[in-house]
Amino acid sequence: MAIIERPSSEVAIAGGSTIGVKPSEALGVFKRPVASTSWRDWIVTVDHKKLGIMYGVAAFFFFIVGGLEAVLIRMQLIAPNGKVLNADQYNQMFTMHATTMVFLFVMPMAAAFANYFVPLQIGARDVAFPRINAFGFWCFLFGGIFLNTAWFLGGAADGGWFMYAPNSSTLFSPSHGIDFWSMGLQITGIASLTGAINLIVTSLNMRAPGMKMMRMPIFTWMVLVVQFLLLFAIPVITVALFLLTFQRSFDATFFDVASGADPLLWQHLFWIFGHPEVYILILPSFGIVSEILPVFSKKPLFGYPIVALSGAAIGFVGWGVWAHHMFASGLGPVSVTVFSMATMAIAVPTGVKIVNWVMTMWGGKLQFTVPMLFAIALVVQFTIGGLSGVTHAVAPSDTQQTDTYYIVAHFHYVLFGGAIFGLFAGFYYWWPKMFRKQLSESLGRWNFWLMVVGMNMTFGPMHMLGLQGQPRRMSVWTEARAGEGFFNLGFWNRISSIGSLVLSLGVLLFIINVAYTHKSKKVAIAPLDPWDGRTLEWMTDSPPKEHNFDTIPTVNNLDEFFHRKYAQDGTTHEITQVATAEEVLAEMNSHPDEHIHMPSRSYWPILLALALPIIGYGLIYNRIILAVGVAMVVATMFGWAMEPSTAADDDFDPPAPGDGGGHTKELAPLG
Amino acid sequence: MADTAIAHDHDSDHGAHVTSTGLSNTKLGMWMFLGSECLLFGGLISTYMLYKGRVNSGPQPDQIFDIPFTSVSSFVLLMSSLTMVLAVSAAQRKDDRNTNLWLTITALLGATFVGGQVYEFTAFYREGLGFTTSLFGSSFYTLTGFHGVHVSVGIIMLMALVGMISRNRVPGNKAESVEMVGLYWHFVDIVWIVIFTLVYLIPS
Amino acid sequence: MSTATDHSATAEHSSEHTEEHHGASDKQYIVIALILAALTAIEVSTYYVDFGPLFMPTLFVLMTVKFVVVVSYFMHLKFDNKLFSYLFYSGLILALTVYIGALSTFKFFLQKG
Repeated sequence: MAIIERPSSEVAIAGGSTIGVKPSEALGVFKRPVASTSWRDWIVTVDHKKLGIMYGVAAFFFFIVGGLEAVLIRMQLIAPNGKVLNADQYNQMFTMHATTMVFLFVMPMAAAFANYFVPLQIGARDVAFPRINAFGFWCFLFGGIFLNTAWFLGGAADGGWFMYAPNSSTLFSPSHGIDFWSMGLQITGIASLTGAINLIVTSLNMRAPGMKMMRMPIFTWMVLVVQFLLLFAIPVITVALFLLTFQRSFDATFFDVASGADPLLWQHLFWIFGHPEVYILILPSFGIVSEILPVFSKKPLFGYPIVALSGAAIGFVGWGVWAHHMFASGLGPVSVTVFSMATMAIAVPTGVKIVNWVMTMWGGKLQFTVPMLFAIALVVQFTIGGLSGVTHAVAPSDTQQTDTYYIVAHFHYVLFGGAIFGLFAGFYYWWPKMFRKQLSESLGRWNFWLMVVGMNMTFGPMHMLGLQGQPRRMSVWTEARAGEGFFNLGFWNRISSIGSLVLSLGVLLFIINVAYTHKSKKVAIAPLDPWDGRTLEWMTDSPPKEHNFDTIPTVNNLDEFFHRKYAQDGTTHEITQVATAEEVLAEMNSHPDEHIHMPSRSYWPILLALALPIIGYGLIYNRIILAVGVAMVVATMFGWAMEPSTAADDDFDPPAPGDGGGHTKELAPLG
Repeated sequence: MADTAIAHDHDSDHGAHVTSTGLSNTKLGMWMFLGSECLLFGGLISTYMLYKGRVNSGPQPDQIFDIPFTSVSSFVLLMSSLTMVLAVSAAQRKDDRNTNLWLTITALLGATFVGGQVYEFTAFYREGLGFTTSLFGSSFYTLTGFHGVHVSVGIIMLMALVGMISRNRVPGNKAESVEMVGLYWHFVDIVWIVIFTLVYLIPS
Repeated sequence: MSTATDHSATAEHSSEHTEEHHGASDKQYIVIALILAALTAIEVSTYYVDFGPLFMPTLFVLMTVKFVVVVSYFMHLKFDNKLFSYLFYSGLILALTVYIGALSTFKFFLQKG
């Protein structure tokens, strides 16, 4: 077995007619980086697993930032006439809390899991475009940092996460916060778009032999649906953000009512993106849960094709419901009716999924491990959030609820109780795969229960507050107007604020759990297959080697790994174990593939990504910086284009004649 | 074609070298990118359509458009699609000389189009239509400007490709690289087909 | 390995088509370009000649024909694997649907009559 991971510097001009570049001379500036174990390897890596971990770490950092912002908001509202924040700071706080949680935590955390596990689940050695993958990560990281530097440069964005026009114009928001916001999101949007193309091509094109579409694990399926949503939704927000930037930086008139503009244009563009975005946030967690429930119920997923296709149906119908965010804006009765009905329709495939999960657990031998607890909590909490969502679909009721805390309660139930619980289930489930050690179950239980109690304490009372009429985004409340008795706003605000502290404690316990697991000598190395898994990612080492599989498995079944471990007796129909995970792996590794050719490391992704925030600062502050940024983009793109994605090597199999992309790791010079 | 199939069979022993669909990753990615671009230009075109009649000050669209001039530059861009497809065809025949020739002509035609657009913008500006004059001005310049930037990026890619082909430094498959730039170029052309009709020929 | 056969079948299928448009195509491309040029000439003529009620329909039909011809022939979509068509046209149709939907809520099409 020859694993080629780096260019051998002694190779002169190698390759045949198609590969004619000696990599280290590609542009004559940088030598192509080679493998190392130092921190530098993380900068230049194109390994999907390392990028997945970096996505995860960075996203978790932003989760803490966004969480602290949320706690500050709740502390402001814990008592009447709150003094923690002034009104201006409060506006920035809720805007950045939402922006951070949506764009810098849930999306990239889903990308972390997708990056790490999609190639493993479909039996691939890497993603289709490894350098673009690295570029996507750096765009997300630099975009997120850029967005947050606004705090130190005159104040962050303060228009709410949907940044409605004309409130977002320089007249009402004179600081640079919204400029940072729009350009920061533009940069993270590039990350999402490139990631989407990459992961779609990966799951369409890089599947192991026999891994048909309808044998792909549900997590991969849901990620695929999400990437299609991103592929088509990101350009819409790109247009909206460009219009906003042009208005704020170059005095364009797009949302200037005095010039005859219609501010609803922004709302349409934002929500055409924004509603698919909602499914972008939740579907990866649905996928994670659909992996976990069967494993800990000891049963196959109930109605696998229906779960896969209902996910696709959610993604599809999700394009036709955006205006339900705008029922109160005077769309007219026809539009409201159409969008109201479409919104009710989308509850159907979602309900189908919930039925499938419940049926998966029905009659199973349930094991209440921490990942299973989080998964069950998702089913319960998401259902509650889904039900309050149906009340929004009813336009008259929605008119009453618009911009009240009832909305806040709803989307926190689906996003915290749904998306975030799913991600936590993923942490506990896949931790032993990624880091060889299993997170402590007992600490995990504390983590779980504190988060469930905290989340219901924080967001449950908000239903009450909203129905009592407390407006969303109100920076203070006064005792005089808080009302009496059971419906006293002060009482429920206090409960909610205390709940947010419980919730924070739960998250803190997760961090403690991670530290404990990795510092303590008492925690042993996890077994190869700690949960008795069903899918391909468990059929390799923990953590997987850089090339993932010594032998690319040939897939004959849905839940291939399960079928290699267990067999059904022909007469008694009893399912018995025929092999352990170790035996399956040893069997596979007994005849390793030859000529494993991994993509080579590269400096260009990080350099190109670094140029983008420079352009952002240039647009805001100084045209010279702008020119530097643009020059850097052009230079790095040329460097990138000239560098073959896989280093030339004598051991390289020439592409099949007449076949366009004979080698799957090739990249046209397009960036 | 037969040998392609054989090569695939042979290769499937070690799966990493064959794609599951038998299609090239790059081409698949490119078509997805173009599908995504439809929503970008769709948004810009919709913004223009909504706003083209909203002129509080400055000229109206039909007062300012120079249809004969724009027709010529549209024709130039359309013909650049022909030269592009001839370049792709030459690249598939492994005819580097003609590939470079047609690529260069395509880039020149594209540059003519962009030059025409610069002239047009200058003329409009002199006639009183600035970027901030009216909603029509803002949305017109944004839409056509975005298209112009796309053409310019295409020109840079064409030139880079010419340089790389003549030095024989194209990483990967040369014919496919030409084809990818070609797909992008044709897409920019079809966007202009739509813009030419919706923006220029249909008056507000 | 049934899928391996599937793959090679697909590959063979698509390369057959590739063969088809590789050969005598240059001349065809020029013919197509001439047709496109003629269509453009008709489009431009609407500026000089009054087409009456046929004005808008003519322009829309011509625009669509030109668009489809360039996509199908110059971009080879007609001869290529169907997956490319699905990806591109799903983006296009989605764009048309959502933006026409959005414009409808502005009563955009009612104003024009």
